[in-house]
Amino acid sequence: MSTAADDTLRTADGVPLKTSLRRATARRRVRTFLLVVPILAFLMVTFVFPVVDMMFRSVDNQIVSSVLPRTTLAIQSWDPGSEELPPEFVYEALVLDIQESFKDKTLGRAGRRLNYEKSGVMSLFRKSGRRAKRITEAPFKDQVLAIDERWADLETWQLIHQESSALTESYFLSAADLRVDYKGEISWKAEERRIYLFLFYRTLWMSGLITVFCLLLGYPIAFLLATLPPRHSNLLLILVLLPFWTSLLVRTTAWIALLQSEGVLNDLMVFLGFISDDGRLQMIHNKIGTFVAMTHILLPFMILPLYSVMKTIPSSYMRAARSLGASPFTSFVRVYMPNTVPGIGAGCILVFILSIGYYITPALVGGRTGTFISNIIALHISETLNWGLAAALGVILLALVLLLYFLYDRIVGVANMKLG
Amino acid sequence: MIQDAQDIVVFDRVQKSYDGETLVVKDLNLGIKTGEFLTMLGPSGSGKTTCLMMLAGFEPATHGEIYLNDKPINKVAPHRRNIGMVFQDYALFPHMTVTENLGFPLKVRKFRKSEIEAKVKRALDMVRLPEFGGRRPGQLSGGQQQRVAVARALVFEPDIVLMDEPLGALDKNLREEMQYEIKHLHEELGVTIVYVTHDQSEALTMSNRIAVFNDGVIQQLASPSVLYEQPENRFVAQFIGENNRLHGRVKSVEGQHCHVDLDGGGTIRALNVRVEGAGVRTTLSLRPERVIVACQEGEVDNRIVGRVEELIYLGDHIRARLSVSGTEEFVVKIPNTDRHSALREGTDVNLGWAAEDCRALDAPAEVAEPA
Ligand SMILES: Nc1ncnc2c1ncn2[C@@H]1O[C@H](COP(=O)(O)OP(=O)(O)OP(=O)(O)O)[C@@H](O)[C@H]1O
Ligand SMILES: [Mg+2]
Repeated sequence: MSTAADDTLRTADGVPLKTSLRRATARRRVRTFLLVVPILAFLMVTFVFPVVDMMFRSVDNQIVSSVLPRTTLAIQSWDPGSEELPPEFVYEALVLDIQESFKDKTLGRAGRRLNYEKSGVMSLFRKSGRRAKRITEAPFKDQVLAIDERWADLETWQLIHQESSALTESYFLSAADLRVDYKGEISWKAEERRIYLFLFYRTLWMSGLITVFCLLLGYPIAFLLATLPPRHSNLLLILVLLPFWTSLLVRTTAWIALLQSEGVLNDLMVFLGFISDDGRLQMIHNKIGTFVAMTHILLPFMILPLYSVMKTIPSSYMRAARSLGASPFTSFVRVYMPNTVPGIGAGCILVFILSIGYYITPALVGGRTGTFISNIIALHISETLNWGLAAALGVILLALVLLLYFLYDRIVGVANMKLG
Repeated sequence: MIQDAQDIVVFDRVQKSYDGETLVVKDLNLGIKTGEFLTMLGPSGSGKTTCLMMLAGFEPATHGEIYLNDKPINKVAPHRRNIGMVFQDYALFPHMTVTENLGFPLKVRKFRKSEIEAKVKRALDMVRLPEFGGRRPGQLSGGQQQRVAVARALVFEPDIVLMDEPLGALDKNLREEMQYEIKHLHEELGVTIVYVTHDQSEALTMSNRIAVFNDGVIQQLASPSVLYEQPENRFVAQFIGENNRLHGRVKSVEGQHCHVDLDGGGTIRALNVRVEGAGVRTTLSLRPERVIVACQEGEVDNRIVGRVEELIYLGDHIRARLSVSGTEEFVVKIPNTDRHSALREGTDVNLGWAAEDCRALDAPAEVAEPA
């Protein structure tokens, strides 16, 4: 203890050097902080809170317990593993809950939530809502069973029991094509309902291929940019940046005009006799469309980091290699390329991350076979309104990106990355 | 072809233009002897690097032919020329260790592994860095990087090594140390070195011969002492060492010598180097240390009065600036002995020098033909 204290450096009047330094720079740090407060506040309100809220939705499960408070409480005493229906008082709670929530018009929400897990629950709830008004006295169980025989189905009750907790893992399981039953056992969904893992897989391999295309096309251009005399390279750089000045939608729809079966490219090939008129190639609304348009749109994000790295490589490296006896090819491969690795890393990770989260372009040109996971997320947000599942898919995507970034950091080192 | 039997490199009427409008190198004829240390010295933009690049093969000659070991090499690719090169920024490969850097030229020449190891080790010992093989260039100091660059250019035993201002990035002390080191390596290995610099003291220290470049032309090619003692034209006299200039018109020529009427009055007897005949204008060049202060009548050929403008005390010697015959920039170096006590600022003093020390050279173009 005491030796450690003695080791610390002190200023002339005995204040530890670190403390003194901190005090000296405090003003500067406060000013730095004040300068970033506006943007920080803006980001908190518009970005961090919504993202956190959205992420919370992926596990949030309060709908059922808030719409059916009595039922979810009462059913805790029932063993979902037993082969019997819940006892009378659970039915009584159910009737009261349904009557109340039907009046508040909240019953549908619980119905929709449960319908994600088991189709048909929605209509069961609607039907029950209308009829339960008439039930005023015991025996509740018989009267409820009379409304619809699905209330005599053990699975319905197992589902309510399962979803009565405030948090759920079912969205995440669902996003991974898994399901959990009332016993807590996890199993694969039915074959024809497994879509998300496949979509994740497709998103990853197609993004990987798009990244490779971008690298193959971008590397020579970046090299040219970095080695041409400034007069020419500036013009070329403008050409590279040109896409940023036109809207993404314009660029994407331009590809539709070019690639569709009545489009420019097909017309040209028919005109030149490469293909017959009824043999027109399907190049859009499928994987090809996504590959072509995405590669085009993401190419600048590959070229710019590569260029910024290549620009810093002195021309004397290649000359030195040549003077040492290496052929132009050997010099390039052994000396120039290793020095561009930070640029390759930065470009690839940038393109890949942008690509796996891309939405508009695959939506417009991807058709059924060329869409990405983000398209299904959008579908759940805006059409099926299953926000919990959308959030779970989004969180998985985010985790994937962070994992990649982490791996990249371990392998290449983020400090080595040059983004421009 | 003006070729000596022992010339390893010959530039034969080489011209170079980058833009097709101006000649950066104008009619270069130069023979480099086997084993010599030849320095190309000249102001910035005089075409030194261009010459080196043509020799290394990175720039094609616009006209003329370069011979290496008697073979024309204009069409030989750089990596087939077997010429070592040290760059100003060293150009060590940052992704390779020192050992890998040194092994690179041997590896591409397909040497066996054991042989590479032995040669690299010897090269590292040679530049006194045996412990540093495992480091990256980024982990070395400037001087160490420099040594590695030299070692790399020598390790594959090239016929000739080119160095383009290799010491430009080093501080003064290290520079001087490295100058001697490179010079010793040259003496030990007997390799031919072509060295580029615009630092004249560096050139004088290291070289067997110096080619003074200006404006794409070699002004003079000679050993350091000849260059300093007997500059052949005004540019060389001015560029190498300090130099007093006096302008005038030739009165008469007598064999080796000539008499010159100075513009500012007085007649001087000088060595005739570049004077065509009586009546032409000339510039007299005189080294400051060759001027005798307070000289007596009849002591030397020339005697002239100057007024002391400024005295600067420099320890081992005194620098005096005087006005002499119309110029106020006449500098004299006086050893710190008794003789300087005769000087006071603002007083007149007798200056003198031998005719042999005063060289009559070409006149500057703008005043060569006064109206
Ligand atoms: N790649 C090039 N393209 C066009 N002009 C060039 C090129 N390289 C050099 N020059 C021009 O050729 C002339 C000679 O250049 P060079 O590099 O040979 O000079 P230098 O003697 O090495 O000068 P320094 O001492 O500054 O290195 C200069 O006027 C320069 O502007
Ligand atoms: Mg140069």
